[in-house]
Amino acid sequence: MASAEITQLRRQAAYIKKSLFEQGYLDGQFLQLEELQDDTNPNFVEEVVTLFFKDSAKFIANIEAAVEKTPLDFKKLDAYMHKFKGSSSSIGALRVKNECTLFREYCQQGNGEGCLKTFQQIKKEHATLRKKLETYFQLLRQAGPYETATSSH
Amino acid sequence: MTVEDRFPVGMRVLAVDDDPTCLKVLENLLRHCDYHVTTTGQAITALKLLRENKNKFDLVISDVHMPDMDGFKLLELVGLEMDLPVIMLSANSDHKAVMKGITHGACDYLLKPVRIEELKNIWQHVIRRRKIDCRDQNNAGYGDDGEKPRNGVGEGAQDSVVNGKHSKKRKDQIEEDDDDCEENGHGNEDSSTQKKPRVVWSVELHRKFVAAVNQLGIDKAVPKRILDLMNVEKLTRENVASHLQKYRLYLKRISSMANQQVNIAAAFGGKDVSYLHVGSLDALGDFHALSGSRQLAKPAFSSPQSGGVITRLNSPTGFSLSGLHSSGMIQLGHPQNSYSSVNDYGKLQLAALLGNPHRNLLPRMPPSSDLDQLRQNKPVSGTGELSPSFNDSTAFSVVPHQPTIIGGSTDGGVGSGSRSTSYLTVADSPLFLQGHQQRTVCEGSGQQSSVGMATLDTEPFDNGVGVLSHLPDHGRCNNTWQSTAPLTRYSTDPLPVGGPLNYDDLSSGDSRCQASSVNMLDVLGDINGNSKFSNFGSMANTSGQNMNMNYAPKKLEDHRLGYAQNPNVMFNSPPNSLLPNHGIVSMVNQNVNQSNAVCNRKVDMTSGGQSISGAPFHKQQSEVEKSVNNPMKLKEDYLVVHAKSQGGSNPSYCSSFDDLISQW
Repeated sequence: MASAEITQLRRQAAYIKKSLFEQGYLDGQFLQLEELQDDTNPNFVEEVVTLFFKDSAKFIANIEAAVEKTPLDFKKLDAYMHKFKGSSSSIGALRVKNECTLFREYCQQGNGEGCLKTFQQIKKEHATLRKKLETYFQLLRQAGPYETATSSH
Repeated sequence: MTVEDRFPVGMRVLAVDDDPTCLKVLENLLRHCDYHVTTTGQAITALKLLRENKNKFDLVISDVHMPDMDGFKLLELVGLEMDLPVIMLSANSDHKAVMKGITHGACDYLLKPVRIEELKNIWQHVIRRRKIDCRDQNNAGYGDDGEKPRNGVGEGAQDSVVNGKHSKKRKDQIEEDDDDCEENGHGNEDSSTQKKPRVVWSVELHRKFVAAVNQLGIDKAVPKRILDLMNVEKLTRENVASHLQKYRLYLKRISSMANQQVNIAAAFGGKDVSYLHVGSLDALGDFHALSGSRQLAKPAFSSPQSGGVITRLNSPTGFSLSGLHSSGMIQLGHPQNSYSSVNDYGKLQLAALLGNPHRNLLPRMPPSSDLDQLRQNKPVSGTGELSPSFNDSTAFSVVPHQPTIIGGSTDGGVGSGSRSTSYLTVADSPLFLQGHQQRTVCEGSGQQSSVGMATLDTEPFDNGVGVLSHLPDHGRCNNTWQSTAPLTRYSTDPLPVGGPLNYDDLSSGDSRCQASSVNMLDVLGDINGNSKFSNFGSMANTSGQNMNMNYAPKKLEDHRLGYAQNPNVMFNSPPNSLLPNHGIVSMVNQNVNQSNAVCNRKVDMTSGGQSISGAPFHKQQSEVEKSVNNPMKLKEDYLVVHAKSQGGSNPSYCSSFDDLISQW
């Protein structure tokens, strides 16, 4: 692949990342993950993110099932969300994390309406983040391993 | 150059987190700090790894919320069995949660997402602990050689940047200290890292220790004599000395917690049960301490003999029903109950260890006088403390009573959730705890108690009612009860029996206990209405309070309140055998404490319980079982429950609870 193309791909990826940060989808934790990535662990970030989305799909399914039940079991929902919040904060998924916090507050208040509404929001944020990150990593993969020596960036 | 020389490089960390994403991130962060990392997604696996080779790890980092076992429970167990520093991880920055971690003995509490800067400093906990141990050994009779190094060591590493420089200096210092320690202590192998062969204070060993301490009297117990009494090969005086020191601290903690709880309970209605959790980790030590330090219990117990015990129960302080705490002291009815939840684990274990055979939860009960009285009642084993049989044997030997009280079981049983085994408080109604409890409960060493309770009582309220009536009769219990009746504490809220409150509730237990008298009546009504389960749960919830015992899984939060209520109920419903007033209360407490772990589990079902109590308790149970012959079932159920409770989902508990009950 021509280096110009590589550069282009990387640039696009960088753009996505930048917008994710600006829009608050990601926070500093993501950067820290990137710092952990090195030669011995070249795909660390992607691996972690993939793992997260695999896991979170399950969480969402569980919560989905739980919110179907009436009356709502707030304690259980709260517990689920607590875990979800923990893992989303681990990858720096800021928006998702914030929605989780909001969800939990509603749980503690016993506000079913609020919970459902927030949950919808969570799903949306989560889906958006996933799509964007997928694109991001795809671009990076296409660009090939980051060769600092030869990188034009 | 050994790894130690380059410490903290190569420090062996065990990371436990059920969330694979977090675990992976954590693992990588730790690797970047140049630590040697082992990961597992399950607490049970972690324990297995740790048990296989205690010297294989230097530090454990664990998440708080895990499905198979509560992080706090794991924390307790690790501290108890392996004496390793444990760092808690959680996304929950709640003040209470952090406090809980601290009282459970965590070296540190980190919030997710974890930053690498924080991880770079964690090695200090390992050094600190080593220094302390070294110091303990040195201090076993002597001075504080270890002090210096430790202080020096502990200070450092605030700043990762600085650490670099300091670590070298510190290491040198440590090396020096280590050398000193080596000279003074036994078994220090390496100079730099000071790898002393760790003595595993198994249940059996701890039991012997406690028995020896009790025999000598906590004040007169010197390492040399304890060692002689224990007559265990390969155990050095230093080992005993350091263990004794921990035990003493544990006892002190328990007593202060009890006091604290009482106060707190008074103030808030017993929320800070978790405080009570004194250091469940040291449970073993604690237990021992507890047993030895009847003193703790004394305060509570010291109160009117018969009434004293009971009163204790009633009053927040009294409630501490040391019974639950194997430490005996705890029982005092203090809100400790809540404590018991956490601590109970330790206690229960302890109790289990100690008391199991005895089942007499009584351990807590104030020695002799009260106990004797109780004895008469037969209900709770003697001291009302019910504190699991545990007490009997070990620490609490104070009270000869043993007995009936749930003593052993109390804790065990209590675990079910409401530590509130309040049975004791319930006063006179011997129902509770006593007879039944003991038997059934004792099995589980405390845990059982709760279970037993549940099962025992076929007529929950009847007992309760009887209890009430007993109360007056008992005089002891009654008096206290009745007087304590200001149920105000109880707050009508149903104790979240199952709920996580367990720990918290315990603390509130004290206040509740008081109310318990009043509540008892209420409870009775409730109990009748409620299934055993609920009672049980309430019991469990109250963990300390007993109050919870009766409540069915109500709100977890409430269980504090409910706790108060429950206690009453508890007594009534479950173990009719609960000691009449005295015994019951104490028993309850005891049970609560002890059983909290156990009960909580079970009870948790209702409240969704205390995962903490569940998990560790479960383990403890097993230990206890050995000694006590507890029906292991309880434990298992407990575990199950526990797991469920983790999520705070009471429903799960309930079912477990049912299982438990059915077992009975």
